[in-house]
Amino acid sequence: MSITSRIKSALVSPALDEQINKIRKPIGTLGYDPWGYNNEAVKVGFSLVRLLYERYFRVEAYGVDKVPEKGPVLIIANHSGQLPLDGVLIGYALASRESKPRIPRAMIERFFPTVPYLGNLLNEFGAVLGDPINCAKMLANDEAVIVFPEGVRGSGKLYRDRYQLKRFGNGFMHLAMKYNATVIPVGVVGCEETIPAIANVKPLAKMLGVPYVPIALPAVLPAKVILNFGDPMVFEDGEIPEEEVTSRVEQVKAAISELIDKGLSERKRLF
Amino acid sequence: MTAKKQAPKKRPHILVTGAAGALAQQVIHRLQDTCDLVAVDFREQVYLGDDIPSYCIDFNKRVFEDLFRRYDFDGVIHLGRIQSSQMTRMRRYNANVLGTQKLLDLSHKYGISRVVVLSTYHVYGAMAYNPALIDESAPLKSAGLTMDLVDSVELENLANIYLWRYPELNISILRPCNIVGPGVRNTISHLLSSDRAPVLMGFSPMMQFIHIDDMADAIVLAYQKKTRGIFNVAPDDWVAFQRALTLCGCQRFPLPSIPPALTLSILRTLKLKSFPSYLMNFFKYPVVIDGRAFAREFNFKPKRPLKEIFHYYRENKRPV
Repeated sequence: MSITSRIKSALVSPALDEQINKIRKPIGTLGYDPWGYNNEAVKVGFSLVRLLYERYFRVEAYGVDKVPEKGPVLIIANHSGQLPLDGVLIGYALASRESKPRIPRAMIERFFPTVPYLGNLLNEFGAVLGDPINCAKMLANDEAVIVFPEGVRGSGKLYRDRYQLKRFGNGFMHLAMKYNATVIPVGVVGCEETIPAIANVKPLAKMLGVPYVPIALPAVLPAKVILNFGDPMVFEDGEIPEEEVTSRVEQVKAAISELIDKGLSERKRLF
Repeated sequence: MTAKKQAPKKRPHILVTGAAGALAQQVIHRLQDTCDLVAVDFREQVYLGDDIPSYCIDFNKRVFEDLFRRYDFDGVIHLGRIQSSQMTRMRRYNANVLGTQKLLDLSHKYGISRVVVLSTYHVYGAMAYNPALIDESAPLKSAGLTMDLVDSVELENLANIYLWRYPELNISILRPCNIVGPGVRNTISHLLSSDRAPVLMGFSPMMQFIHIDDMADAIVLAYQKKTRGIFNVAPDDWVAFQRALTLCGCQRFPLPSIPPALTLSILRTLKLKSFPSYLMNFFKYPVVIDGRAFAREFNFKPKRPLKEIFHYYRENKRPV
């Protein structure tokens, strides 16, 4: 038995194996999809994330059943915390829900595919390069896709700017309208405190070709995370001016802002 | 009333280029019962049976036109593309671009009504920012990424110009993913059949493989239906590169992947035929193409699964 098989058998119980196999995914004969998602890797990832989700961040997720059980869905959330932990936790919440679980796909920053090991690992767990073509093709495949419209503006923000939503791009709204995808707003509270950054070393980031180099503790703090899933929003397709698209984006942003406030009021302590 | 005597249906005359290659021979094998074939190759003359005239001719020489005068072709299947791992850039350019131009000019001059041109998915170029399931309308970035693939893109551009300028030629350009299987001598086939294969540390891009028999079927289907256009050819199945190597029984030896300049200089020093430096990014970033348009238009369904392909390489570490 190889080391990989030993690790897998230690981490993946038969029940988990069955649970993941039951979630239908359009994969090929060797368990991969075109974006690199791998069923076997997801099983290992799922069991590792479970420890983070339940023990380390002690996540509380409310309203996860509002995500439709099938059809194209865009899960739109606020982004924070330097690392894409928010995407991982939202993904786990949906994949582990009792009724009709789904394995959503998270759109990640363009920088990740250039990082050895990490890029491939994220792909195997279901993350996908944040490209509109990727998102469109996945919605056409009836996938649930996690999008952070703030992009690196959100994930790289400093601790003093916590819970202030940055500008949202309009791209997700165009895709939601075109593919008749249900939009689920999500307010994430707690990830801002996982890696609080006090400054961004921009010249070094530019030199290394990365979006930001934060000055922060070299550790991920065990902040308590609260995820609030909002009510489904549906936007009709049609030839509408960009101003109207922006106002629709603002509606989603306002819904997320409300969900963040709700999460902050529910939170009793930071850690 | 006397019944009209029907003239026997004329067997189509087809010119197949690249006859020395395994793929062309598979295509010839599939068409020889129903068509009169003439095989040419600019590398060597191959014997393909008494019924099939075979020539070793440079397309840029005047004698090439004699074949068109002599055989009255109905169609051309152009598979004679020199791969990026073969010959020098200049010779590749002469053969692939200028040779193809000559072939298409002659096809127009002699009233050919069907042309199938084999291209490659390499024309899309390998980049970290590539989306998956690239469709035929995506830009061809490889010319901007490496000089060694310029001739592949130029060949396509040329075929494209003729496609629109001379619609009566009914040109179809096929962009297949990695063609593999018995007899294939391209870079990826060398790699899968080797005992030890280099990999870039931390990178295992998604790849697609099509069995040579399936590709030959695809070419025959394309020839038989006169739909003009550009088509990706790939099965709906995907695998990570390093997993494919493992399934083929290759031991992996990792090379440093960052900084890219270091990797490039290592590869240039090693000069591996199966891992040329200019294809480095294809072993780093995915170029996953969408073959659904071709499958729909030509009713194509590959029959050989990935497991069968990898089993072949596992069992034949020194393939024929």
